[in-house]
Amino acid sequence: MSEPVTLTIDGKEVTVPLGTTIYQAAQQAGIDIPIICYHPHLTANGLCRICSVEVKGWRVQAAACVTPCADGMEVHTRSEDVICGRRTILELLASTVNLEEAPEILALLKEYKADPERFAEGEQRTAPLYDDNPFYIRDYNQCINCWRCVQVCAEDAQYTFALTFNGRGFHTQIGTFMGLPMPDTTCVFCGQCVGVCPTGALKPKRQALLEQGLDPDEIFRQTRRKRKQRQNA
Amino acid sequence: MITPDKIVRTTCPYCGVGCQMNLKIKDNYIYAVDAPFDAAPNYGMLCVKGRFGTDYVRHPARVKKPLIRANRQEGRTAPPVWREVSWDEALDFVADELVRIVQTYGGDAIATYASAKATNEDNYVFQKMVRALLGTNNVDHCARLCHAGSVTGLQLSIGSSAMSNSIAEMEDLDVFIVTGSNTTETHPVISNFLKRAVRKRGAKLIVVDPRQIGMTNFATLWLRQKPGTDVAVFQAMAHVIVKEKLYNPDFIARRTEGFQEYIESLEEYTPEWAEKVSGVPAEKIREAARLYASAEKGAIFWGMGISQSTHGTDNTLSLVNLALLCGHVGRRGTGLNPLRGQNNVQGCSDSGGLPNVYTAYQRVDDPDVRMRFEAVWGVSLNPNPGLTATDMVDAAVMGRVRGMYIMGENPMMSEPNQAHARHALSQLEFLVCQDIFINETGEMADVILPATSFAEKDGTFTNTDRRVQRCRQAVPPVGESRPDWEIVCDLAQRIEKRLGVTLSAGFSYTHPREIWEEMRQVTPAFYGIDYDRIDREGGVHWPCPSFDHPGTPYLFADGFPRGRGKFWAVEFGTESEQPDEAYPFNLSTGRVLYHWHGRTMTGRSSLDEIYPEATCEMHPADAERLGVQTGDWVQVSSRRGSIQLRVLVTGRSPQGTVFIPFHFAEAAANVLTAVQLDRRARIPDYKVTAVRVEKCDPPAGWEERPLTDQGAIKDPVEIH
Repeated sequence: MSEPVTLTIDGKEVTVPLGTTIYQAAQQAGIDIPIICYHPHLTANGLCRICSVEVKGWRVQAAACVTPCADGMEVHTRSEDVICGRRTILELLASTVNLEEAPEILALLKEYKADPERFAEGEQRTAPLYDDNPFYIRDYNQCINCWRCVQVCAEDAQYTFALTFNGRGFHTQIGTFMGLPMPDTTCVFCGQCVGVCPTGALKPKRQALLEQGLDPDEIFRQTRRKRKQRQNA
Repeated sequence: MITPDKIVRTTCPYCGVGCQMNLKIKDNYIYAVDAPFDAAPNYGMLCVKGRFGTDYVRHPARVKKPLIRANRQEGRTAPPVWREVSWDEALDFVADELVRIVQTYGGDAIATYASAKATNEDNYVFQKMVRALLGTNNVDHCARLCHAGSVTGLQLSIGSSAMSNSIAEMEDLDVFIVTGSNTTETHPVISNFLKRAVRKRGAKLIVVDPRQIGMTNFATLWLRQKPGTDVAVFQAMAHVIVKEKLYNPDFIARRTEGFQEYIESLEEYTPEWAEKVSGVPAEKIREAARLYASAEKGAIFWGMGISQSTHGTDNTLSLVNLALLCGHVGRRGTGLNPLRGQNNVQGCSDSGGLPNVYTAYQRVDDPDVRMRFEAVWGVSLNPNPGLTATDMVDAAVMGRVRGMYIMGENPMMSEPNQAHARHALSQLEFLVCQDIFINETGEMADVILPATSFAEKDGTFTNTDRRVQRCRQAVPPVGESRPDWEIVCDLAQRIEKRLGVTLSAGFSYTHPREIWEEMRQVTPAFYGIDYDRIDREGGVHWPCPSFDHPGTPYLFADGFPRGRGKFWAVEFGTESEQPDEAYPFNLSTGRVLYHWHGRTMTGRSSLDEIYPEATCEMHPADAERLGVQTGDWVQVSSRRGSIQLRVLVTGRSPQGTVFIPFHFAEAAANVLTAVQLDRRARIPDYKVTAVRVEKCDPPAGWEERPLTDQGAIKDPVEIH
């Protein structure tokens, strides 16, 4: 191990190589830090802030998934401020988007005793359902802007760059360039984005149709439109 | 939200990458597919085919019962009338007919296709039945039509034809050449690793390809040679490496032979000469040679563009020469890597699905090897290598082959010159097809034996980097369909009875695991791999001679199978059909991202929705000259036939070359291609055919609709 650094996390001493993040060090020490946008196989961005922890002497909390450990650091993952912050993040998420199909986030809501109704009068982020290709649907009513899909579409996996952000601030939303339908973009339908979506905002079309109660034969008919048109021609 | 009844880990049924995937099952329906992030070779990535294209498993046209052609007297080319029969009736009929042909004309009158889509176990029992019971080595598969040029070239020069390095090493590349492989469309997940090597590790990519493929977006150098002039470019690179003394004298002295004769043969192949022949600027050839030769680790990846040629063997040899010159083989991150097409094309070859070898390339004409198999199988074996797939077709025309057994292949779509193939199959006395659908070849069969798809059976597949992985049953078989190995074993026992022989090894397996155990016993290279170990480790790279052996991610660390690597002098020349006044365009065929080969599977999946018709890709300058635009109908004709399809104007194809995917039966590119074979590898040239293109009227009843470009890169920018 070149250049080890030693820090304490919740009073426990941990020694890790330089460059290790607080999140990874905590995992090594068996200390659980909650995550939402973080994915162990993707570039961490510290977007959702649910992994925020307190570092002694720091003015603000640090996102554990992107903050590298330093020698002598004193980290608290469960202080009152940290818990309060996480609870508020969860309450804001719950008031903004539909978390029905995000079991891990729902479990966190419970764990942190968050009140999903706290900001019930706040603005909801709404979007139409995009069903513009034969393979997957996009329902941004369930999107928490974790950025995973944008990343796997870019340099974390596919290098296709079909997905991006549209809008500003609260109204930021994942979409395509110029809002084009998927088949008109550079999308190659690899579905890496579907594979990393934590909330069911991106979903295989067959799964979506099955959830609507269609049987496999009807799903088959509904997903074979063009071929039929063509045979009629 | 749906909770799956179960999640089954298996191997993707499409390309040779061998991606691991999880099938999510509800009420025996595969409703979603994803990939485990912690498993080689794909680490969470899939492409559109694996993730969304497996719904053919539930297609209503799956064959659910054995079928016998009711109108045999009308001839094989008449539209078939099928009669549903029991397994007993179908298999007895097949056994009767095969035995009749063997007894009347001899075993060599039967020709068989093993399947690069079936498991290792399926193929092992298939070739065992053919060799041990029918007494012929006439067993081959579609590898003949894809990598025969690579196999022959690699066998001649180093004595082994598998990909030398593993997918995992692609993270570690320094300089690499991609040639004749549209990697982003044909091996999408491998292309992601290659892109990552460029973008994240700063590796330098040299693309040598006439088409502006997706990989050119990531290339340091793109050498756009005229189709069919690959040898000129690689020989000129070798010339530069020798003249500028960039080669690795130590490696050449220790590991190779024939260097002196080889460098003498290079004298005339100057970059200036190559520029005249190939159109690639001499300076670019020099740059590429310097870049590759001076790399610490240099690797070469290639596909059909190298092997599917009348000089496919020469193309391969010229690549091997480059690697031997620079010592770029036998180390991590180097290597000679033919990217294999089918998910189990490596495995089918490994399992003995070739006319000249048993498992793991043990030659049928080697008496010691033959004796070992005779001892295990308990029968004397035919010492003569059998017919190759391309020669089977001719042998059928000549009447030397009377019966054909085709397991999971579609030669009517994949063989060159379709009219010729059709004529050949129509001459047969008996044709049996074992498949999951009735494809274009099945339409001509006497019997259809319904097999199970990848999701309905157990077994192993071997991917392009020689990794043996499991295929696991996720859903019950459709109708009365049965796994290939089970059909073959049942049939073999009926043939045994009729011939009055019983093999000591027999065909009474109850699970593919038992077949693998037998394979392991007769194949030293697989001896250290068994089902338990694959379950534990996810997959093992052969050769793996013992249980404590870790497997072999890269080959040739210490030596080549033939001893020293041999430099082969290569001459530039071609026997392919060149464009002329009557047929002024060159036709190149190939695949697109959304379809697979004869479209037996993808044409019956939702993939067909995004890419529903054949297109003729044409350069803008050519389109302007012909007065056609994207969406116009054209007739493309060669000396063999003609097809009609719509034009897609794109700079991907070079001027003077049109590209047509070979997937679509209604505009089948192989109506046009010629049976022009590489003399040594017997592989046809699918990349160079002379054609004429004329504007034509849409077919009757055609409803106008837009044609969109679904190429992996769109509207490419002209870089030079």
